[in-house]
Amino acid sequence: MTVKLLTGNYTVAEAARLARVKVVAAFPITPQTTIVEKIAEMIEHGEMDAEMIHVESEHSALAAAYGAAAGGVRAFTATSSQGLLYMHEVVWWVAGSRIPLVMAIVTRAIGPPWNIHVSHEDIMDQRDTGWIISIAEDNQEVLDLTLQAFRISEDPRVYLPAMVGLDGFILSHTTMPVDVPSQEEVDSWLPPRSPGPYVIEPGSGVIMGNIPPDEDYMRMRKAMQTAMRNAERVIMEVEEEYYKLTGRRYGGLLECYRCSDAKYAVVLMGTWAGNAKEAADRLREKGYPVGVARIRYIRPFPSMLLREKLGGMKGVMVMDRSVSMGRGGPLFLEVAEALRSKPSMMSVIAGVGGVDVGVDDISSLVEKFIGKVEERGHVYIDEYWYGV
Amino acid sequence: MVNIKELPSKTLLMPGNAACPGCPETLGLRYVSMALGDKAVLVIPAGCSSVIQGIYPKSGIGFPILNIVFAAAASAASGLARAYKIRGLEDAQVVVWAGDGGTGDIGIQALSGAAERNENIIYICVDNEAYMNTGIQRSSLTPYGAWTTTTWTGKKEHKKDVPLIMIAHGAPYVATASVGFPTDFIEKLRRAASIKGLKYIHLHAPCPVGWRFDPSKTVEVAKLAVQTGIWVLYEYRGGVFRISPLSRPYAKKERRKPLKEYLKLQGRFRHLGEDDVKVLEAYIEERWKLYLNMEKTLGSKAT
Repeated sequence: MTVKLLTGNYTVAEAARLARVKVVAAFPITPQTTIVEKIAEMIEHGEMDAEMIHVESEHSALAAAYGAAAGGVRAFTATSSQGLLYMHEVVWWVAGSRIPLVMAIVTRAIGPPWNIHVSHEDIMDQRDTGWIISIAEDNQEVLDLTLQAFRISEDPRVYLPAMVGLDGFILSHTTMPVDVPSQEEVDSWLPPRSPGPYVIEPGSGVIMGNIPPDEDYMRMRKAMQTAMRNAERVIMEVEEEYYKLTGRRYGGLLECYRCSDAKYAVVLMGTWAGNAKEAADRLREKGYPVGVARIRYIRPFPSMLLREKLGGMKGVMVMDRSVSMGRGGPLFLEVAEALRSKPSMMSVIAGVGGVDVGVDDISSLVEKFIGKVEERGHVYIDEYWYGV
Repeated sequence: MVNIKELPSKTLLMPGNAACPGCPETLGLRYVSMALGDKAVLVIPAGCSSVIQGIYPKSGIGFPILNIVFAAAASAASGLARAYKIRGLEDAQVVVWAGDGGTGDIGIQALSGAAERNENIIYICVDNEAYMNTGIQRSSLTPYGAWTTTTWTGKKEHKKDVPLIMIAHGAPYVATASVGFPTDFIEKLRRAASIKGLKYIHLHAPCPVGWRFDPSKTVEVAKLAVQTGIWVLYEYRGGVFRISPLSRPYAKKERRKPLKEYLKLQGRFRHLGEDDVKVLEAYIEERWKLYLNMEKTLGSKAT
């Protein structure tokens, strides 16, 4: 274990190297680019034993990584925003094929107008695809989630591809100290890729994807949902084993910060959870019993954990960094469903397109929300745009 | 030259597949099986062969197959080929089996990328000159004048010359072939299999359903395409371009059969007037002139 100073993107590259990824196929897009640059550099300098496929698009990036994974090797790619949308068709295809694969998503706004800054529209757009989707708070967690993603994706109870989200620029281009395990440590915990559910190779006779009867199609879809349910348990197990290796664990699908005695909670995901935790600390100094529930996995979604940890609270404020147009904050809607709207609830849409949201912003929002709940008893504010 | 008697009797294309009667793709797949056997792995994008495989959990095709989205065949094949390289599966042959739309239209970007990277794959475009699987819509490889369900009065543009585009990429091996001439196709497949890098074979595949001819005449129509000179068999290998022996006689215009013999068998050309036929005849002349000039320039030795 050594502490290295790494940007989020270099952390991703480091994790791919430590996981002994054998094929990387990627296409550059801001702010993902430095992942590709770093991996290309490591391969060309002999620090990473892998093949790099310099594809002509993201659609091909994921298709090539998919081909490699179907051919029996550990494969990896990374993208952002428009790139993720461009490969969207293949995103579904990979999940439906039940092929283990890991992809980093450096979250970024979607155009038009052009905007390269952090936003969660791109990653939230992937919720229905059948990928395991996690999202990090800091660079240490980027490393931990990426390494764990391989174990989770390759677990026979899961066999679903996994995305790891990290916020554009805020993590991707910010240097932080990261505790990096040694190759030997990672090897002792992450075995070489197993053949997986099947391998397409000469003489195997395996066909992936030919037309089934409709009932079999539906059965396969149901099996993916079962695998997602299994993943809830696998994620916990993998994290526990990783804890034994590194001494770090976060709480599986959901990280709860000062929730146990809290009457109010902020629910959100990604880097601004750090600001929310700081806001909670300050609010507690003022006497407000506030905690933070940070969503670490968007899929499988921590419905049970949310219900268990926040179900009995007086109020829950959900902060979304994206919008489901015509409906509202997607995270809010999922949390509201999970909590059956029992506590008072408020949906805050903020930080979209990189608009800065600091500790003071969050603490004043929470303070106002608490004030309303205390005044009226029960409130349900289903959409509040903050910052514009 | 491949001797038909020496070809393996075992085929990976079995009865019970879902092809239409007279399907040229099943002919082609049988020849791929004869040429490459158990070493081949197929990558198939959306198209007729997605259906021909038959209904899960069974299949009428004995090849391992990775089905893939329409636009990404060459990319998925690139990934497979790299995986085999890493795993030391030296004699594995990754074969893309894609239609004309999957090659020249929606798949051309991925193919261009794979060719530029010189991925170790054999890419076969099985060209039935329209989107047959969706019900006979025009592609960029539909020839001038042909009726399709999106060109009711005949297509106004000429066929896109994809093999030439592949030659422009500097691919180590580019060839044209026809389901009407299996020995030529098999020989080209075997040659392709012996070369490292991207091998492109463009297989002309007359479709009875889409071209409106009797299913018993697939081979006859395929042969007439070569004999009338509208389809030219050639090879481009290591920078050398040469007309294949089976097309060689038709370099001379007077040796070619009249184009009308080819056209009259096909309902898709039924509406053509004399002027349209002249346009196609001029196109044939122009193509031959180009190929013969290429042969002259690109250092072919006469065979």
